[in-house]
Amino acid sequence: MERIPILKMGSFLLVSIQIDMDDRTAMSLQDDLTGQIVKHRAKGVLIDISSLDVVDSFIGRMLANTAAMARILDADTVVVGMQPSVAITLVELGLSLKGVRSALNVERGMDLLRQISRELEVESERDDADREE
Amino acid sequence: MQIAKSETVAVRSGAEVVSVRHAVRKYAVELGFSIVEQTKVVTAASELARNMVDYGGGGTMTLEALDDGIRRGLRLRFEDHGPGIADLTLALRDGYTTGSGMGLGLGGAKRLSNEFDIKTAPGEGTTITITRWKGAS
Repeated sequence: MERIPILKMGSFLLVSIQIDMDDRTAMSLQDDLTGQIVKHRAKGVLIDISSLDVVDSFIGRMLANTAAMARILDADTVVVGMQPSVAITLVELGLSLKGVRSALNVERGMDLLRQISRELEVESERDDADREE
Repeated sequence: MQIAKSETVAVRSGAEVVSVRHAVRKYAVELGFSIVEQTKVVTAASELARNMVDYGGGGTMTLEALDDGIRRGLRLRFEDHGPGIADLTLALRDGYTTGSGMGLGLGGAKRLSNEFDIKTAPGEGTTITITRWKGAS
């Protein structure tokens, strides 16, 4: 079984899925990612799926579950690079990936993650200021 | 209906579900399917192949490239000798599952195909045949 590498960049984790995963590989990626989020105290996860020419219900569910688990672990997930034909097929399949943030490409995905974590910082600073008053 | 090309592959494991996707993709490309058509038929095949592995104890997929002079299509037959499906109406309903999946496989595969046929009975296995025609919506 192949393993998908996870890269750490600052407080974010980056994954680029370059192979057609079987179900076990997809599940171990989900496990590895949640483990790495905790280990590195990551604030964001970027998953690049631009090389995937098929996302079926299993892989779609893995992406949605990963995003949900990451959220509980205080990290945001952005899925980037979905091919248009994959998006069309996913919706027809009945999977709308609710709760999964997406962006057109890696660059925009990184911008989105930075923006989210900045907003959260401002929010917590404001909370701190409120308490001090 | 002329069968231009045909092939049968075994589907017993998750790794072979990946092989199914590659085999179906190859046929769809050879038939001149658009990218969206390719993606839909490969995705439908992936759902049905996984169902066979997860619920049918594995089985076979037969691919047929169809050409009747006017239109071209891809027919896929998934055959297993597993427990069969007791309540077909329920099995086709989105969100219904007896396993740990999302319950989108059967209904989703049906929506992604132009023709969908299922023969099943408890104890007698399941045979699902789907067809996708080039240029059909």
